[in-house]
Amino acid sequence: MTFVELRSVSLTYRLGKETTLALADGTMAIGKGEFVAVVGPSGCGKSTIMKLVTGLLPATTGEVVVAGRKVTRPIKGVGMAFQNPTLMPWRRTIDNVLLPMEIVEPHKRRFRRHRAEYVAKAMALLETVGLADFADKYPWQLSGGMQQRSNLCRALIHEPELLMLDEPFGALDAFTREELWGVMQALWIEKRFTGVLVTHDLREAVYLADTVYVMSRRPGRIVMAKAIDLPRPRTLASTFEPAFVDIVHELRDRIHEEHAI
Amino acid sequence: MSPRRQEILRIAMPWLAMALFLVVWELACVVFQIEEIILPRPTKVFVVFVQRIDILLAFCWDTLWTTVLGFLMAIAGGMLLGVLIGASPLIYSGLYPLLIAFNAVPKVAIVPILMIWVGVGALPAVITAFVISFFPIVVNVATGLATIEPEMIDVLNSLGASRLEILRKVGIPRAMPYLFASLKVAITLAFIGSVISETVGGNRGIGFLMLSAGARNDAPTTFAGLFAIAIMGVAMYAVCALVETRMTRWAFRGQLVS
Repeated sequence: MTFVELRSVSLTYRLGKETTLALADGTMAIGKGEFVAVVGPSGCGKSTIMKLVTGLLPATTGEVVVAGRKVTRPIKGVGMAFQNPTLMPWRRTIDNVLLPMEIVEPHKRRFRRHRAEYVAKAMALLETVGLADFADKYPWQLSGGMQQRSNLCRALIHEPELLMLDEPFGALDAFTREELWGVMQALWIEKRFTGVLVTHDLREAVYLADTVYVMSRRPGRIVMAKAIDLPRPRTLASTFEPAFVDIVHELRDRIHEEHAI
Repeated sequence: MSPRRQEILRIAMPWLAMALFLVVWELACVVFQIEEIILPRPTKVFVVFVQRIDILLAFCWDTLWTTVLGFLMAIAGGMLLGVLIGASPLIYSGLYPLLIAFNAVPKVAIVPILMIWVGVGALPAVITAFVISFFPIVVNVATGLATIEPEMIDVLNSLGASRLEILRKVGIPRAMPYLFASLKVAITLAFIGSVISETVGGNRGIGFLMLSAGARNDAPTTFAGLFAIAIMGVAMYAVCALVETRMTRWAFRGQLVS
């Protein structure tokens, strides 16, 4: 069943008299519970897709449909995580993770009276990413990897049907990044939300996604959709197996074509 | 030097510097035989300070409450306007030029106008303190709100937060360190405001005391008044700095709090 659908969507940014076509003819269909990755050369409008799907930007032409409804304004209750963890430094980690509960219905209504229940839920989530001991710390007392884990917890605490990830591991060192792929995959296998990951790391895309979309240079078009039929759970070891490596090479070659033009 | 002694020295330094300053002043007066009417010796000022402590305290109190009242009004008004300006680009573009123009007017110039409106006394001092300390608070609060990371707003928008919720959950907490930083500047300005008003059109307060003592060529009393203002200014600054570190520990990443 299709959950997110882009029907020949384009987006033009306007800054004064200058117009930039960021995305031309984006068409894709993401099934419910599917995890897709969008890769492409830098500046190809990957992040634009994120903003279009969540309704933060309106499409210039074409239409975006999420859960059977046309998106015209920001859709509610989506989980989002960026490269910048955007945690609030005045809140402890646990309170940062609980933020969506104060905003998203029906939790918002129940939050004050059932706080203990929500705290327990947040603690359980922090536990799964290995942060249970840091719940009372402030974000600035955590390492970059820990901050990003808290960020993922915050994006998932309200069990969104849709999780949007914009290069969430981009600023981390290689070891932490690969470790968090495992964390991300475990969370997805457990909760089966629909995930959209924007990244420029092809191994990351192949590790996490069911389908990888390759975008062309700006103005971005989707030039390839590659289904990844590798068994789950995937491990770091499996990223060195020939089947995995072949897919990465195939994707890389396609992106190189874009650079060659 | 051991760390402990270094720490003691660090705490003692401001007092040592002040003592050195007073000693140099005292010596200069003696060596160059400066007349008391031009520059009284610190010891003489101190003697007068003690002799006239009653009237000094009474007038200090006048200056202090007018200043603090004006300052508190500036905090309330400054936060309100700062939030409006910071949260709405439309209000920003409408009011900001007006604020700049208003701030460019020398505040001494408005005291005579205030006197026409409300007469002589405490009220013009309160209003001048308010008017002069208002601006930095508005600007700082507005800056704090206007510089929220766009990603933060995206996260909240995609959760379905209303503008009011974004303001409450992110805007206001984020503006707090800016607010408290501005308070240190604002309290000093508030003192300037109230003392100016007392000097131009007052019948009480340290400004009035200094002006009338000056008119009698009573330099030691004038200087005693000056010292009194300086002490109050430092004390209120310290209070603001303390409140700042207490209220916004996160903005200092816990470093300054020990």
